[in-house]
Parts: sequence; C-alpha cells; structure tokens
Amino acid sequence: MNMHPTTAGLLLAGILFVLGLISVLIRRNIIFMLLSVEIMLNAAGLAFVVASSHWGTADGQVMFMFILAMAAAEVSVGLALILQLYHQLRTLDSDEANRMHG
Amino acid sequence: MDATFFIAAGIAVLATLRVITSYNIMHALLYLVVSLLAVAVVIYVYGAPFMAVLEIIIYAGAIMVLIIFFVMMLNLGLETSEHEKAWLRPRIWIIPGILCLILLGEMLFLIIQNRQPAGNIQVVEPKAVGMALFGPYIIAVELTGILLMAGIVGAYHLGRQQKKISHRFLENFEL
Repeated sequence: MNMHPTTAGLLLAGILFVLGLISVLIRRNIIFMLLSVEIMLNAAGLAFVVASSHWGTADGQVMFMFILAMAAAEVSVGLALILQLYHQLRTLDSDEANRMHG
Repeated sequence: MDATFFIAAGIAVLATLRVITSYNIMHALLYLVVSLLAVAVVIYVYGAPFMAVLEIIIYAGAIMVLIIFFVMMLNLGLETSEHEKAWLRPRIWIIPGILCLILLGEMLFLIIQNRQPAGNIQVVEPKAVGMALFGPYIIAVELTGILLMAGIVGAYHLGRQQKKISHRFLENFEL
C-alpha cells in the first residue's frame, strides 16, 4: 500500500471516532455509553499524535497527555454518577432517567 | 506505509467493532483493552514511544481496571463465582488472547529490528515533550492538576452514600 502516513493515521482515528459515535447513539446501557466516550477520546488523542509526527513537534503529544488526564477525571466522575443513578433507579438503562423530579 | 501499521489498525478497528456490538459488559471491556493496546502500537509506529507507554499504563491499565472494578461492584448481590466462571470461558478470551499475541509479536519485531520509521514520520523524543510540557505549556499543566483535583472532589461527593438522619427526634419524621 502506498498511502501517506498522515493520511492513514488520520483515517484510522476517524474510523475509531465514528465507531464510538455510533455506539453512543445506538446503545442504551449507560456503561456502554461511557465506554464509547472513551473510544472517541482515544481516537482524538491518536489524531493529535499523528499530527505531532507530521509536523515533527512535541505539541501534539503534550495535548495527548492532557487528553489522558481529562479522560481519567471524566471516568471517575462518570462512574460516580452511574453509581448514583443505579442506586436511585435500580437499572442501567439511560431511558429510565428521562424525567426530572424538580 | 508499513505492514505493521495496517495489522495494528485492523486489530484496533476489529476490536472496537466487537466492543460496540457485544451485549456483555465484561466481554466488551476485554475487547476494549485489546483495542487500546493496538492503538498503543500505532502510536509507537508514529514515533511517539513515551505516549505509547502512557496509553498502556493509564488507559489500558488504570482506567479500564477502574471500570472493571466498578462493574464487579455493581453485581455484588449475585452468585459471583458462577458469574466469574461464565465470564471467563475459553471461548470468550481465546480471540482477544490471539489478538494480543499478534500485537506482542509486532511490538517485539519493531523493538528488535530497531529501524527508522517509514515514510516521512518524524520521531519526537520524550525529552522534547518534557521541555514543551514544562516550558510553554506550564499553565495548562497546572490547570490539568486543578481538573484532577475537581474530579477527585466530584467523585467523592457523588459517590457518597446518603447519610441517615441521626437525631432521635427526627427518626419517625417523614420527609
């Protein structure tokens, strides 16, 4: 295959991002939705690393480290929110949580 | 473009497809770990070895283990040993194991051969990343620290159990 490395890497990142987006749209289990957000964040980080290797600078890798830290914080808060939802509704279906109780 | 990149990319897409189409959360997590390892190999091919190691340690190590612990914690009431047996039948883990072995072979091949990256990929050394991180991006590093602190406080606040009313006059008082 004679494809430019940046093109190939960005294609892979795009495919992974779209897979995560499809999953977050079609799944109703809220843990699966959190996993899909992780897939999308990971794809964005991969795009940053590919861009970093394209330009030969370290900026993209610095952004990748920030994405890693943000993903860690997001997962901890998201899991705590899912725990609260599970304690209140006894289910992981996100459609059950479509009403607000004032 | 290398064959190593295409093998790793294929494994990443395949494992991600299995993640979004599986119904059992444990099997999905198993495939997601494989997908993250494949992305780590891709990052290594793109000349960022330090980022590949961070991807394995933080994503595939810390975050996935956190989610696995969480899922196991939610199933406390069920018969856990039977569940564990159902989760870990050989039919379930044999395919992720084979994919991991392919990735490991690829990684060993890349490390032993120790050649220059293909095409016009430029390797960025970890030293340059560190210089950028603690030079022009120092404000962003501090903001990331504040974000992690907010994450810890938020997770503690949200994950706390509701406290029971401890005053004896309020015990039979309906809220």
